[in-house]
Amino acid sequence: MSVTQILFWFLSLLAVGAAIGVIASRNPVYSVLWLIVVFFAISGHYILMNAQFLAIVNIIVYAGAIMVLFLFVIMLMNLNAEAEPAKHLYLKMAGLISGLCLLIVFVAALSGSAEAKNVGQLGGSNIGLIKNLGRALFNDYVIPFEISSVLFLSAIVGAVVIGKKE
Amino acid sequence: MDLLLINWAVFTEKLILIIAVVSGSLVIAMYSTYAERKVAAILQDRKGPNRAGPFGLFQPLADGLKLFFKEEIIPNFSSKFLFILGPCLAMLTAMMIGAVIPWGNMLHFFGRNISLQIADVNIGILYVFGVVSMGVYGIMIGGWASNNKFSLFGALRAASQIISYELAMGLALIALLMVTGTLSLKEMVGQQMDSYWNFFKQPLGFLIFLICAFAECNRTPFDLAEAENELVGGYHTEYSSMKLGFYLFAEYINMFLSSAVMVSLFFGGYDIPFLNDTALITKIGVNWVTIIQSVILFMKIAGFLFLFMWVRWTIPRFRYDQLMNLGWKILIPLSLFNMMITGALILLKQNHWHF
Repeated sequence: MSVTQILFWFLSLLAVGAAIGVIASRNPVYSVLWLIVVFFAISGHYILMNAQFLAIVNIIVYAGAIMVLFLFVIMLMNLNAEAEPAKHLYLKMAGLISGLCLLIVFVAALSGSAEAKNVGQLGGSNIGLIKNLGRALFNDYVIPFEISSVLFLSAIVGAVVIGKKE
Repeated sequence: MDLLLINWAVFTEKLILIIAVVSGSLVIAMYSTYAERKVAAILQDRKGPNRAGPFGLFQPLADGLKLFFKEEIIPNFSSKFLFILGPCLAMLTAMMIGAVIPWGNMLHFFGRNISLQIADVNIGILYVFGVVSMGVYGIMIGGWASNNKFSLFGALRAASQIISYELAMGLALIALLMVTGTLSLKEMVGQQMDSYWNFFKQPLGFLIFLICAFAECNRTPFDLAEAENELVGGYHTEYSSMKLGFYLFAEYINMFLSSAVMVSLFFGGYDIPFLNDTALITKIGVNWVTIIQSVILFMKIAGFLFLFMWVRWTIPRFRYDQLMNLGWKILIPLSLFNMMITGALILLKQNHWHF
């Protein structure tokens, strides 16, 4: 096994293990911390694919900003394991079954498609580097990019309106 | 046996460099505590530490020993793992910034060119931002794990302050990136060696960046996280012994490395002012020039460290609403304005100064 393969398996195991930790831990603060570990493992995968910009943006935006807000809310609400109401057994079973169904759909959709094979070969290419990504965004996909920025702007305005005092 | 195909020469030189950078930042952070007390003493017309060793030079060692020998208390109802993880994370994220800073040009030893930068990644400055945004966790986890309301308040105050000022810092940086056109710190320094320092191209951006750096380091006038007269002691109320020392120490490492980042971004990094470096290389050789460059870099950093201390002992602390107003209502619009002006000027320049 080459170093890349070892890293791939390590990161994959880390991601899956941490994802199990997210749903298995009783304390929501621990769940959030496990989720941060998942994001780090996924960022590691991006780096293996030579997409450094995506990796670091994943860390800055998801692990650095959104998860901090999650932690804020959870810490302020002071959710504890004791306060959590006990769920019914068949509720848990229903959740398990629907989750597995979603997994099957994902695997079925991705395994046959050509995209999945391309992703695997990304390692040698430079498509994830910031220069190429910027060119693609501002030449080929400039209209969707601008529309999504308008969407963000309207979301910001909406947040300000909601947060404003009457 | 593909595992053994690592280039061992690169491996050892990087390992030595990492050890040098980590221990260097530790020593500098240690002596910044001494410098801080001396600067405070001079500004307040006192003598400062002068008992331990000549001029009190062993004072940091004495402080460290004191912290080590204090009783270590872990609160009963805290989650122990997170309680220990907090200061470790604070220290780790503080040290990681040093990886992308170019500490000098290159040394020529044993027929090899050794770059004095641990990793020249093409996203250099974004890496710094990623690490800085991770720094919040050390504070938040520590504050929450203490299971103390005052610690939690201190942690939330510190975290919301850091998040708010990260925004203005990023926007100020975008204007700079528009000028330089690269994210790599080494290339930025190279550009500044050939032309003017970025400070002269982005004075407003530098000012915003500086203010945000003060806030990110939790330094006065933004040290509301540990405002003693409002909170008990901030997020590290429950901490004692060396775990408290880690938090305090991480602040000084942050100060040192953010000074290094600011010097690299705006003040030419290891560029020797008023001197043509390439001409000097032909005269006295690469190694000597690199050593002089590193000394110059550390002198610039020392200047910034002095600025940090000077401000601490002259400007009083903000109130919390003033802090938030400054961050959201003044610095962010100002940096957006700076970005627009910079963009307009760049477009004009590309059009050869015709409208």
